[in-house]
Amino acid sequence: MHDAGKVIPGIIIFVVFVTLPFWWNVGKAVPKVEVELPKEYTSCVEDKSFMIREHMKLLDNWRNEVVRNGYGVYVNSKGQTFHMKFQEGCMKCHSSKERFCDRCHNFVAVKPYCWNCHISPEEKKGWATKKSNVETFSKQPASHH
Amino acid sequence: MAKMPKPDELLKSIDWTPPEKDWMDDVPPEIKPGRFCYPAKKNILEEIGFPNPREWSPLDDDWKLPSNSREIIVEGIIDRLKKYRSFKLFMDICVRCGACADKCHYFLGSGDPKNMPVLRAELLRSVIKGELTWQGKFFGKLAGARKLNEDIIKEWFYYFYQCSECRRCSVFCPYGIDTCEVTMMGRELLHLVGCNINWILEPVRNCFKIGNHLGLQPHTVKENIEFLCWDIEEVTGLKMEVPFNKKGAEVLFVTPSGDYFADPGIYTMMGYIMLFNYLDIDWTMSTYASEGGNFGLFTSHEAMAKINAKIYHEAERLGVKFIIGGECGHMWRVKHQYMDTATGPAPKNLETPRSPITGTVFEHAKSTKMIHICEFTADLIAHGKLDLDPSRNDKYVVTYHDSCNPSRGMGFFEEPRFILKNVCNNFYDMPENTIREKTFCCGSGSGLNTDEFMDMRMRGGLPRANAVKYVHEKHGVNMLACICAIDRAALSTLMDYWVPEVQVCGVHELVANALVFPHEKKGERKRELNLRQEPLKPEGEENA
Amino acid sequence: MGAVFALLIALGLVIFVYIGAGVIGFKALFAVVFPYAAFFIFLGGIIYRIIEWAKVPVPFRIVTTCGQQKSLKWVKRSRLESPFNNFEVALRMALEVLAFRSLFRNLRAELKGPNLLYGSSKWLWLGAIAFHYCFLIILIRHLRFFTYPVPEFLGIIEQVDGFLHVGIPHFYITDGVILAALSYLLLRRLADAKLRYISLASDFLPLFLIFGLVLSGILMRNFFKVDIVQVKEFTMGLVHFSPKVPDVGVIFYIHLTFLCALMAYFPFSKLVHMAGVFFSPTRNLANNSRAKRHEPAPWWQKPKFKTYCEWQEEFKEVLEQSGQPIDEDCYKKEAK
Repeated sequence: MHDAGKVIPGIIIFVVFVTLPFWWNVGKAVPKVEVELPKEYTSCVEDKSFMIREHMKLLDNWRNEVVRNGYGVYVNSKGQTFHMKFQEGCMKCHSSKERFCDRCHNFVAVKPYCWNCHISPEEKKGWATKKSNVETFSKQPASHH
Repeated sequence: MAKMPKPDELLKSIDWTPPEKDWMDDVPPEIKPGRFCYPAKKNILEEIGFPNPREWSPLDDDWKLPSNSREIIVEGIIDRLKKYRSFKLFMDICVRCGACADKCHYFLGSGDPKNMPVLRAELLRSVIKGELTWQGKFFGKLAGARKLNEDIIKEWFYYFYQCSECRRCSVFCPYGIDTCEVTMMGRELLHLVGCNINWILEPVRNCFKIGNHLGLQPHTVKENIEFLCWDIEEVTGLKMEVPFNKKGAEVLFVTPSGDYFADPGIYTMMGYIMLFNYLDIDWTMSTYASEGGNFGLFTSHEAMAKINAKIYHEAERLGVKFIIGGECGHMWRVKHQYMDTATGPAPKNLETPRSPITGTVFEHAKSTKMIHICEFTADLIAHGKLDLDPSRNDKYVVTYHDSCNPSRGMGFFEEPRFILKNVCNNFYDMPENTIREKTFCCGSGSGLNTDEFMDMRMRGGLPRANAVKYVHEKHGVNMLACICAIDRAALSTLMDYWVPEVQVCGVHELVANALVFPHEKKGERKRELNLRQEPLKPEGEENA
Repeated sequence: MGAVFALLIALGLVIFVYIGAGVIGFKALFAVVFPYAAFFIFLGGIIYRIIEWAKVPVPFRIVTTCGQQKSLKWVKRSRLESPFNNFEVALRMALEVLAFRSLFRNLRAELKGPNLLYGSSKWLWLGAIAFHYCFLIILIRHLRFFTYPVPEFLGIIEQVDGFLHVGIPHFYITDGVILAALSYLLLRRLADAKLRYISLASDFLPLFLIFGLVLSGILMRNFFKVDIVQVKEFTMGLVHFSPKVPDVGVIFYIHLTFLCALMAYFPFSKLVHMAGVFFSPTRNLANNSRAKRHEPAPWWQKPKFKTYCEWQEEFKEVLEQSGQPIDEDCYKKEAK
């Protein structure tokens, strides 16, 4: 082989770069994701597989309906109706952001901006214990864009 | 020789739209008169020991190829793929982006799609795929693959001798694919079955056997140069001395033999002689290594080296200190990029070139020990060692043609321009996209400067001529300076056809015109004529 | 015809996955066998090609100089276009590889009446650079499927790339740009007669494969959504050599199979230009062949030629007649 002094380092750089995903994970355990589902409820507004894939879209629609159109009732595929509420709706059943939402979102590195405005149940607990905060908290989120 | 159409007719005939028919099926090519060179003569091939010497013509149906041509060529391909990384790589990585398509002067002038560099390479690439790769064998045409046959050999001959190895396409290629390398390989392969042209191989034979392309014997070389000295005497009143085969001289000077006797190259030759006599340096020419040019470069790497090796051999025998090379394009590609590796190392008696006049050490040539005459002269001018009167060139409005090889094989742009700006008062460059590394071929490079190839020469030269026409109309340019012997011959023909108002000269012709010899300085004799023995001032004006 | 053939292959691939993974449900083949096989063909294939090139010597220094050489001290030289040493070569190569320097020079020739004009033409450069950089960013973005915890910089890239906040999840700018660039690269091959003439099926196939890859990716993210958690569990399994076949929509398998096809095709197609560009002897050598001796290739043999003494013997008579010196050393040597 000619120019081995340049070619071999070149091949090494190439191999290292391409196999990055492999050696990045050497010695690390395969991560596992387990979300904590509500114990007292068995079904969501739609079925589970739909919710897994489409929840972001559904929530986005809800937000638009409520904030922009002032409309607040969701009729699901079975004809049942729900109030389009997030903190008072979704998070009523899924009572922990950390053990429900964040588990998956962190796993796949998704950073939804729901929480720019909304307050998670965990946060709410911390706030509600402080009396001075009660008033502030009861206000509607300000910036649904 | 085919009859040439008038320039405006030729212009109108140019159409860049490719035909409907798939290029792979378009074989054998229609061999058009004026677009091919005559094959090498039987005796020439015999004398240099090349395969398959015979009488034949590209216009014949039967090219009298060996019955096992396909095997011979495929073997030749395999051999070369192991020897030249350039070849192997360039056959592998082209993406056919088409950036090169309209960069080739032969394509621009002819519109023949197989003159697009990408397709020229594809002529060979398709055969390599078809003969040597499983993809090609399996998918055939869909993979762009063809099996070699006689029609394809004819196609190769036609198109590898419609490439002047100018390397303009390689400037624009995102991977630096150099069609020159492809053409070189194509020509080497064609030699294996005896398809080659006389205009290249006869000079090669002459070089091997006698010492220069033209086959001038030693006494004739000397006589020719002596004629030139007489002419110089007419112009300057001075006797020039040209030492031949002088042992112990400091400098060996080599230059293309075309300049010994062909107009306008002779004026450049006179320029060198006058310069060396003016400086009174210890120089010599050689009637043995009497060729600077190298048609071997257009033949094969081996032939190139065989021709070039004589120069070091002679430099060693004469015991010179360094070598100066004259103005020549492809010669300087050889000297700059091949000489040292192919025929070096330089003999021990050679030293790093050092100007005996200015003391400048030419460090950039410290291995090859050979410098370009323009480097030498530019250094002299920069040190004020030449007494110059640029007004002697006032009847010329000059532009400069960057020859392909010094431009793209050397990076030789500023030295000649510096000289020109010091030896004449009217200098204008051609448009930016037609000069320096983007310069256009004269249309006759790489051994294609023969009369039977005239149609293609005028077409291929069109881009160059068109740029000259532009500065001629804009600035009144009437003189096209260049540093290449092929240019001096080929551009003259090209100008006659496209821009007849413009003449052609070498840089050192203008240097010598401007050079004020001591006796002229003292007023003992006034220079009335330029080297062409024309009055220095335009007609009607008095010589001041 | 080449374009049609390539398109049929790409469509055939979709149907193949649709039937194989969707209808028959042979998902393990598509999720495990193909990806590993394709990856090792890619890796091994590229290394093989590199070694094949490296085995061949570069006999001569055939630099294409695009700027002033180093000569006299007062002549300003071009370090990037006519590099004199290896450092300058590295800079030239960096410019070539990272900025597509040569393509940036592109001109378009036009014959207007009796005049040949050359205008600057940067579209190809723009299309190429947009395509390549978008592809790179998209590849890097995909590292989020192969890392946990996901490094901070990937989040930043994603935020910047999705900053238009169009759609949920956000549509990536690079996705849009790469589609535009691919369309341009494809359309120019179809619309320009010269390019149509030179284009082969193997020029269209990579375009269609990448088109398929990008489109299926966009569709999966923004339209036919899949369970991304399962996808990541699968990808993390791949890099831990314990892949778990994901139970997700066929669009994912289409996306994955386009990638596998591209990887496996890569080393044996023109796509090797990725590695090949580093080997180009017209770009990766220093223009210093008169200053520094470069040893010839091992196979090179110095030529035999007619020596002076042989020549003198032949032309002795005319040399003497024309008064040129006769070298007596020729005879001395013989006497020895």
